[in-house]
Amino acid sequence: MPHLFLYLTVLAYTLSLGSYVRFLRSGREISGRLGTIFLGLGLVAHYFALLERSRGLHTVPYHDLYGSMSLFGWLLAVTYLGLEFFHRQRSVGAFVLPFILAFFLAAHLAPADRLSPTVAHGPIFAFHVTLSILAYAAFALSFVLSLIFLVENRLLRNRHLSELVWRLPPLELLERMSRSSVLVGLISIAVGTVLGFIWVDRLTGQYWYYDPKYVITLLVLLLYAAYLQLSRTTTWRGARASGLCIFNFVIVVLSFTVVNLYLSHSHRYF
Amino acid sequence: MEIVLVGLNHRTAPVEVREKVSFTADQARRAADELRSRGILEETLVLSTCNRSEVYGVPPETSHNCLSGLASFLSEFHSVGPDILTSSLYHHYDRHAVRHLFRVSAGLDSMLLGEAEILGQVREAYRLAHEQGATGPVLNRLFQGALEVGKRVRTDTELGSRPMSVAAAGVKLAERIFGKLAGHKALVLGAGAVSEQVVTTLRDRGVSDLFVMNRSRERAVELAQGFNGKVIEWADWDAALLKPDVVVCSISADEPVLSRGILEAAMNARGNRALFLMDLGMPRNIEAAAAELYNVYVYNLDDLSAIVQQNRQAREGEVPRAEAIVEDHVGKFLSWQASVELVGLVQALRARLRAERTSFLHTRLASVTHLSPKDREHMEVLMDEMLEKLLIEPAERLRGERELRRKIQNVEALRDLFLSNRDKG
Repeated sequence: MPHLFLYLTVLAYTLSLGSYVRFLRSGREISGRLGTIFLGLGLVAHYFALLERSRGLHTVPYHDLYGSMSLFGWLLAVTYLGLEFFHRQRSVGAFVLPFILAFFLAAHLAPADRLSPTVAHGPIFAFHVTLSILAYAAFALSFVLSLIFLVENRLLRNRHLSELVWRLPPLELLERMSRSSVLVGLISIAVGTVLGFIWVDRLTGQYWYYDPKYVITLLVLLLYAAYLQLSRTTTWRGARASGLCIFNFVIVVLSFTVVNLYLSHSHRYF
Repeated sequence: MEIVLVGLNHRTAPVEVREKVSFTADQARRAADELRSRGILEETLVLSTCNRSEVYGVPPETSHNCLSGLASFLSEFHSVGPDILTSSLYHHYDRHAVRHLFRVSAGLDSMLLGEAEILGQVREAYRLAHEQGATGPVLNRLFQGALEVGKRVRTDTELGSRPMSVAAAGVKLAERIFGKLAGHKALVLGAGAVSEQVVTTLRDRGVSDLFVMNRSRERAVELAQGFNGKVIEWADWDAALLKPDVVVCSISADEPVLSRGILEAAMNARGNRALFLMDLGMPRNIEAAAAELYNVYVYNLDDLSAIVQQNRQAREGEVPRAEAIVEDHVGKFLSWQASVELVGLVQALRARLRAERTSFLHTRLASVTHLSPKDREHMEVLMDEMLEKLLIEPAERLRGERELRRKIQNVEALRDLFLSNRDKG
């Protein structure tokens, strides 16, 4: 059964998504719990699917684009689950699961290239990559939360009180969740970047050489720090801060795509 | 063992009659005692709420006239003319009485469909009657079933989960913004009956600080005292709008009381912390343009009524599911009742056949002269054995087979088939 964990992961995530959607529609506690349980099972299966893949390729799972996408999906699920436990709120699950599922499917259904092992190895490098991807996952989560905030805020202000409004988490909670998600992202990207410099220093003896990735990472750091600060001020509190959070994620996506593919020398896939 | 129910509710009786026939806890206890001591009922329970007064009971098996007895007892107990009562009273037997009670505790029979209070009232009535010893095996089982139905309908359907009053809808909306209202502050403008209702709802939701502002300070103090709130001087907007997250307005005034300018200044002072305003005034108390302010959420009477209307429809959509739960439990109760009654029936049948056997032997064997006394004795034993075989086997099966008990629900019919009136008791 070469693809056992792949199927199991897809199954668990799909069931989790179904349960979360059911929870959103019916508001029944049991559906929400099932969503969490299936998500947990999916995480375990996903982990083994990642292991299986890296064994097959004889390299770390994040060595190629697909691997890093899958790892991204996994860390997104981990971050979401952490947030769910911390804030005791399940109605966001239905919006996050599609992303997790999409990243997993895109990563694992694509043909895997057989790559030659590179110099990229060692625990510092592994932590550098994992923490950076964790940061991006956390930012992605805050993006989803801010998007929900804006939609719900618009519905409430325009008094379009459809069924959906009653199922979404309260605005204040969405703000709090988004902030804690960004905080997780900021800490991990800061630590991850420092580890990256340490690793480069050990490898080449010089910790600084110019890479556009540094610039954009610094920009991302600054923008999210600004979001954390501004989201509590008079002018920005509420919808404006959520708008900023969404804008920030656009920069992250730019960093992930344009910079990685065309500008950076050493950051191909993360 | 039948169950009877006599009562009246908001559909059958106007409030003038309902208030005459309602029972306080003490009266309910006294009525239950009297009903049993007079032999009208063996088991009894009085359920009295603002919308209904009902007496549930199990009459003695010999009673044939329990209904008229109950009706005249009610008219005597409350000193209401029998003619007024009879036009308002409804009565149900057995299956219908069971279904009625289960629908009541599910909130299906309430004036406000799916309201939650009734379940607590049923529980309380049962607790009182049970403590008093007025209930017996049948009513105990019946009311435990009713509480189960009420709980299941509330967890498995959305019959009771949506706000049905303007005040509750507004508070529920505020929770969309702030989450749980515990620890939040609220300001109430106006001290009329509407304000009072909203204040009650807010307090139920755990609002920590309540501020009251009213043109007449006297009335404001009165309302504030009842709910442990603080009074704010009329039109002191700077103080009034700084702290609260929820503002409820219900003032009768021709012009809006809260203008855009007042609210704009307040929002600046608050650092744009979200402000939820419920405008229950007619004409409106809040200037329409204020709704455009950043982080201000304004809902007027029409918006909130629309939600209530929406919820009413949604609740009505849940009725079939609730009715299905009721039917399910009615079936369960009846099969339990049937199994108890069947055991009784088998015993009665056995007694009847024994008597039959004795008289049969007595009359028929008298003419047969060639039998020795020993032979006669032997024949009696054989006949006994056969009767036992015929009856013991079905009795044993009844004890063991749940499915069989479920099928035989109309025990009365079996009773009528095999036993004459004389043997029923």
